[in-house]
Amino acid sequence: MRRAAMTPYLLIAPATIFLGVLFVAPLVQTIALAFRPEGSFSFGNFTTMANDINFNVAIVNTFKVILLAVPLQVALALGMAMMLRHMRAGRDIVLWIWSIPLGISDLAAGLVWLAILTDRGYLNTLLFHLGIIPGPESWLTYETPTALLIAIVVAELWRATPIVLVILAAGVQLVPKEYNEAAEVFGATPWQRFIRITLPLLRPSIQTALILRTVLAFEMFATVLALGGRNFPVLMSEAFNWQNFQQDYGVAAAYAVVVMVCSLAATLIYLRVLHTPAAQLP
Amino acid sequence: MTTRHAMFLAGIATLCAWVLLPIYLIALGAIGGSEVVNAWPKPAWPSALSVTALQEFLHIEGVWWSVLYSVEAACLCMVVSIVLGAPAGYALARYQFRGATSFRLFVLLTRAFPVAILALPLTVGFIRLGLYDTPVGVGLMHSVLAMPFAVLISASLFQAIPRELEEAAWVFGCSGPTAFFRVVLPMALPGITAAAIFAFVISWNEVFAASVLTVRHKTLTAYLLTVLSESPLHVQFAGGFILIVPSVLFIFLVRRHLFSLWGIASR
Repeated sequence: MRRAAMTPYLLIAPATIFLGVLFVAPLVQTIALAFRPEGSFSFGNFTTMANDINFNVAIVNTFKVILLAVPLQVALALGMAMMLRHMRAGRDIVLWIWSIPLGISDLAAGLVWLAILTDRGYLNTLLFHLGIIPGPESWLTYETPTALLIAIVVAELWRATPIVLVILAAGVQLVPKEYNEAAEVFGATPWQRFIRITLPLLRPSIQTALILRTVLAFEMFATVLALGGRNFPVLMSEAFNWQNFQQDYGVAAAYAVVVMVCSLAATLIYLRVLHTPAAQLP
Repeated sequence: MTTRHAMFLAGIATLCAWVLLPIYLIALGAIGGSEVVNAWPKPAWPSALSVTALQEFLHIEGVWWSVLYSVEAACLCMVVSIVLGAPAGYALARYQFRGATSFRLFVLLTRAFPVAILALPLTVGFIRLGLYDTPVGVGLMHSVLAMPFAVLISASLFQAIPRELEEAAWVFGCSGPTAFFRVVLPMALPGITAAAIFAFVISWNEVFAASVLTVRHKTLTAYLLTVLSESPLHVQFAGGFILIVPSVLFIFLVRRHLFSLWGIASR
């Protein structure tokens, strides 16, 4: 009997110990590293970080990309999920194709769009044939900040919409068909049915998708470096620079703490704003 | 009806092209070599697949070494996260015990923290342990990222297998472990394979931790990140293309489990 009571603990012990050593310990260390540069509590690392010329740019850039990309991703994924619902034949293959970027690394996604948007790339070839530009044109430099921002948002849109799509498409399956049919009987237009029935019932899925996407978007890093290099600093690329090039682990840790605080704050906001009472769940 | 239907199909086709066309274009850049990458204006089809370009592609030495390191790290990540995660998932599915909810929460919590906060101090720790700049160190770090998926996915897999089957095996005289390995495991195996592939891809795709934890034995993502501003574009595209191929295969292999993988992962 006693042995049986021990069994579940023995089963979870390896995973717990592993995560304790490689998750909890580093987490505590990073926070300590950020706040205690010389063994005593201080904001020294944060002051160094905030006084760096790239800090404000990095914050603004990170938020610009998130505020543009995340709503577009949710809108696009909603559209795709609705299209999937109306499909009969070939639904599985279309879903497979649409989810391919889900498995693609952010670095690879950046390189994919670099192939299209580089000076002698495919976009410029198209624009050249249409007679819009006379020859190779640079879009991803310091002098073209708007074009660079659009390029990064497009790459993020391409790479990360499938994650939202899969979450929303799974949510759409849970919405009972009867609700829509009933509304149709009472003469609701497709748009009314979408706004009044599908969207409110999808709220929990949308909340999940928004939390997941925003947390991951704060970590955006490789796509930006592949497309813009050092021309477009974001929070994570600054953390990486301080760690690898300046060799200042304390400031890098301070950046990591900022990213963590932003992610947690975004999660809490979504949980509050999109809270669904249990009685309204489908 | 017919025009609306045609528009609907055109929309679906456009979105498929939006996903597939960029992959096709980077493949052209990767296989075409420097000739295609520097051509202006670009042809839409590879004029003639030059053998030299293909050889060039297969002989980018740094890339293939880093592919090897990436595979090593990803295999380790796959094994560690499943071997440690699946038993924990089984415990969550089959036993009611004090602390089960806290354990589930703790596992979920690991996903809420950015990878930077874990990777930075591990540099120092790994130097001490001699794991710095090794695929083993990278694989261990990635196991932390894959562990929550492994635990939660296997928990839901085991939950879906009727307890009665296991009890029947006990009645016929199987011991607990025998019943598990003969009855439960074979039924859970397809799902566990999907979770393992998922863990492999998490490690294969991860950039930040891999770049911070390696110097000379760089995994593919870390290697590509360092050569971004230095090496010719066709090398970068080749690396990017090699990075994509397993991902596309992965989505194809786990397509049946896609909803359950992300459904659970996002809960």
